Amino acid sequence: MEFYRLKNNPGAVNVSDIPVLEYDAFTEQTLTLLKKREHHAVDYFTTCTGNKLRFFILIAGDDTHTIYLYSHVQDRNVKVLNSLTAHHYPMHVFEREIFEEHGILFVGHPWLKPLRYPNERADRNAAMSNYPFYTIESEELHEVGVGPVHAGVIEPGHFRFICHGENVLHLEIQLGYQHRGLSGLFASSRNMLHRALLAESIAGDSAIGHVLAFSQAAEALCSFIPPSTLQTERIVALEMERIAVHIGDTAALCGDVGYQLGQAACEALRTIVINTMQDWCGNRFGKGLIRPGGTNFPLSADIAGHIMEKLDEVRKRFGNAADLVYNNTGILSRFENTGTVSLAQARHLGAVGVSARASGLKRDVRASHPFQAYTEMKYSPPALDTGDVLARGYMRKLEADISFMVIMKLLDTFRESGSDISPKPDYLMKFKPETLSVSLTEGWRGEISHCIITDETGEVLAARLKDPSIHNWTMLALAVRGAEISDFPLCNKSFNLSYCGHDL
Amino acid sequence: MIALGLILLTSLFTAGLIVRVKSIASGRRGPGLFQPLKNIWVLFRKGSVYSEVSGIITRTAPIMVLSALLVASLMVPVAGFPPLISFRADFILFAYLMAFSRFMMIIISFDSGSSFEGMGASREALYGMLIEPALFVLIAGLTVFTGGTSLATIFDLTHREGYSYVFGLIVAYIIGNITVVENSRIPVDDPKTHLELTMIHEVMVLDLSGFNLAVIQLTSLLKFAIFGSLIASAVIPWDLAPAIRIIMFFAVQLLFASAIGMTESFRSRYKMNRNQQYLLTISLISVLFFVIILFTKNIF
Repeated sequence: MEFYRLKNNPGAVNVSDIPVLEYDAFTEQTLTLLKKREHHAVDYFTTCTGNKLRFFILIAGDDTHTIYLYSHVQDRNVKVLNSLTAHHYPMHVFEREIFEEHGILFVGHPWLKPLRYPNERADRNAAMSNYPFYTIESEELHEVGVGPVHAGVIEPGHFRFICHGENVLHLEIQLGYQHRGLSGLFASSRNMLHRALLAESIAGDSAIGHVLAFSQAAEALCSFIPPSTLQTERIVALEMERIAVHIGDTAALCGDVGYQLGQAACEALRTIVINTMQDWCGNRFGKGLIRPGGTNFPLSADIAGHIMEKLDEVRKRFGNAADLVYNNTGILSRFENTGTVSLAQARHLGAVGVSARASGLKRDVRASHPFQAYTEMKYSPPALDTGDVLARGYMRKLEADISFMVIMKLLDTFRESGSDISPKPDYLMKFKPETLSVSLTEGWRGEISHCIITDETGEVLAARLKDPSIHNWTMLALAVRGAEISDFPLCNKSFNLSYCGHDL
Repeated sequence: MIALGLILLTSLFTAGLIVRVKSIASGRRGPGLFQPLKNIWVLFRKGSVYSEVSGIITRTAPIMVLSALLVASLMVPVAGFPPLISFRADFILFAYLMAFSRFMMIIISFDSGSSFEGMGASREALYGMLIEPALFVLIAGLTVFTGGTSLATIFDLTHREGYSYVFGLIVAYIIGNITVVENSRIPVDDPKTHLELTMIHEVMVLDLSGFNLAVIQLTSLLKFAIFGSLIASAVIPWDLAPAIRIIMFFAVQLLFASAIGMTESFRSRYKMNRNQQYLLTISLISVLFFVIILFTKNIF
C-alpha cells in the first residue's frame, strides 16, 4: 500500500509527498481500501497542469481518524479508463464529474452522464435540454416531470418520476441549474476575504459549516493553530446552525403533512435561535462570524450568557414541541415506514450525515475526524435504524439535544475560565507553496470537505469543495421507489438536501 | 329569496373565518375576515394566461362550474326559509349539478396538458365517486323520516319525534364530513399546501389565472356556504320566529367554520391511500343512519 497518511483534521501535506500510482495499482489500492466498512471516499477529483491530469483521492478511515491520500497522473489525451464505480458504487458522482469535465469515459460505469453541465464541460453538445433520462416504454406507465421551477420557489432541480398510478417506480433527479463555477472562483480569487464570502454562499443554510471548513483549510496551509477561545466560538456557531436548521426542518415536516400546530411551534423556536445568532454577529445565518485566523465578533461573557439563556428556553420548548409532534398518531401514520432506506442501501450508496445515521450508518466527522473544540471532547453520534421519515425527523430532535449540551458545556467553560479574546481575522496569511490541505467539518447535513492546493508561489492552484448533498441525492431517489408519489415532498423534506451545494 | 340571500352572505365570510381561526390557533393575528374576497377581487382585475395547448374548455368551463353551483344553490332551503326553486325529487338535480360542476373542473385540468394536473383530476374523480353515496343515502333516509319529496321539505326535522334533534346532529355530522371532502379540506386535502404532488383540488387549477381562477375560487366559497346552509337547516327548528332563525343560522355558520378551522389546526392529513377508507366510513355512517331511520319508522 502506497499512500500518505494524514493524521490531523485539518491537515496539510506537501504535494510531492503524495504518492503517484499507475492507474491499475491506483484502482486496486482504492478498491482494497474501500472494502473495509470504516473507510469511505471523501473526495476524488482531478487537477490539470499543462498536459498532465492528476487524480487525487481522499479516503477517510473512520476508525483510525486518518485520511489516506494518493494520486495518479496521466496524459490528457488518455480518454478511456476502467471505472471504480463498477466495483464501489459511491464513486459514481465523482466519476461523472470527471467525465463531464474532461470527457474521460469510465468503462463499466453503470450510467455515465454529466453531473451538472458547467461552463467548463468537455462535451459542448451535452446540455440541460437533452439530458439522458431513463425511460420505460409502457402504455400503463406515465411520466411526471416536476421542476426545475418549484411551486414553493425553493431551489431549482428537475425530478422525473415514472409512475404506475399513484406509485413511483423510478425517480431520476437532474441537478446543475445552480452551477456557479465556485471552485474556479476560489482558485482565481486572490483575496482571502472574498474567498471566505464565497465559502459562505456555497449553500446558504450551511454558511457556517462551509466557511469553517474553508477557514480550517486556509489555516492548515500556514500552520495556524486556532486558540481555544476561537475554537469554542466556532463550534458554538456550528452547533447553533445545526439547532436552527433541525428545528426548522421539524417545522417543515409538520407543514408538509398539514400539521399546523407543530409547524407554528417549531418555526417560532427557529426564529429565536437565528435571532440570537444575529444578536451575536449581526447576521441571522452567522455570515461574517467565522473568518480565517480569527473573528470580528469575539465572545464576551455577556453574549455567552445571552446565548445560554435563549438556547435553554429553546431547548425546553423544543422538547415539548417534539413530544407533541412525535406522539401525534396522525404524524406517526404519515412518517412511519415512509421513504425507507435500509442500512445496506445507505452503505451501498455511501451515505453521509444525519440521513445516514437515521439508517444506522454511524458516520460523523465530529467523532471520526474531530476538529476544533471537538478534539477535546469524546463525541459519540446518536443513530437510529429504521431509516424512514420518522427516523430522519427524530434524528433532528436527538442531534439538537446533543448540540444544546455541547454549547452549554463549551460556554460554561468559557465563562469560568475568563478566556482571552480571540484574535482579529488575518486576511494576509501566506500559504505554504506546493501544499495540499484537507479540512473536514460536520455541517448539519453531514460531512463537508474543503481541499486547497497551492502552486510554487503559494497562490491557490485549485480548490475543491464538497457538500454532503452530493453523496445523498441518490438516497432520495431510492427512498421514494415503490412509495406513493404524494409522499415524495415529505421524503424530500426529510433529507432536505442542498441543490446549490451539489451544483457548486 | 331570503334563503338565497343568506347563502350568498355566508359565502362572503366563511373562508376568511376559517383562516382567522387557524391563525389564532397557531398564535398569529391573521388577515382580515374579507381577505379571501379581496384576493378574488384582485384576480378579477387581472388578465388571464393560457397554456399553449389549452383550448375552448379552459376559456368557457370555469363559468359553467360556477353557474352549475349557483343553480344548485337556488334549491337549498335555509332553516325554514323556502328556496327559490323547489319541485319533486329536486335533490337529484341538486346532486348532479354538483357532479356536473366537478366534471367541468376535471376537464379543465385535462385541457391544460400539464403532467400532474391529471393526477389531481383522477384523485378528485375517485373521491367524488366515493362520497356520492353518503349524500344520496342520507337524503333517502331523510325522505323516509320526514316524508318530504324535495330539498325544501326533507331537512325539516322539527318536532317530529323527541329524538329528531339528535338526528339533526347526526345529519350535521355527515354533511360536515362531506363538506371536508367536497371542499378539499384537511384531513383529505390541504388547501394551504404548495406541494403540487400532494394536492387534489389545488393542482387542478394550477394553470388557471385571472378571471378564470377568481371564478373557481368563488365556486369554492359558494360550495362551502351551500353545505353550511344544509347543516343549519337540519339543526335549527323551523318553527321559531324568523329573526331568531337568522341569528341561529349565523351562529351555526360561525360554529361550523370554527370547527373546520380547529380541525385544520390540530390534525395532520391522511396518507393519500388512506383517504378512500375515510370516504367509505362516511358513506357507511350514512347507511347506518338510514337503517336506524327504517327502524324508527317500523319499516323493519
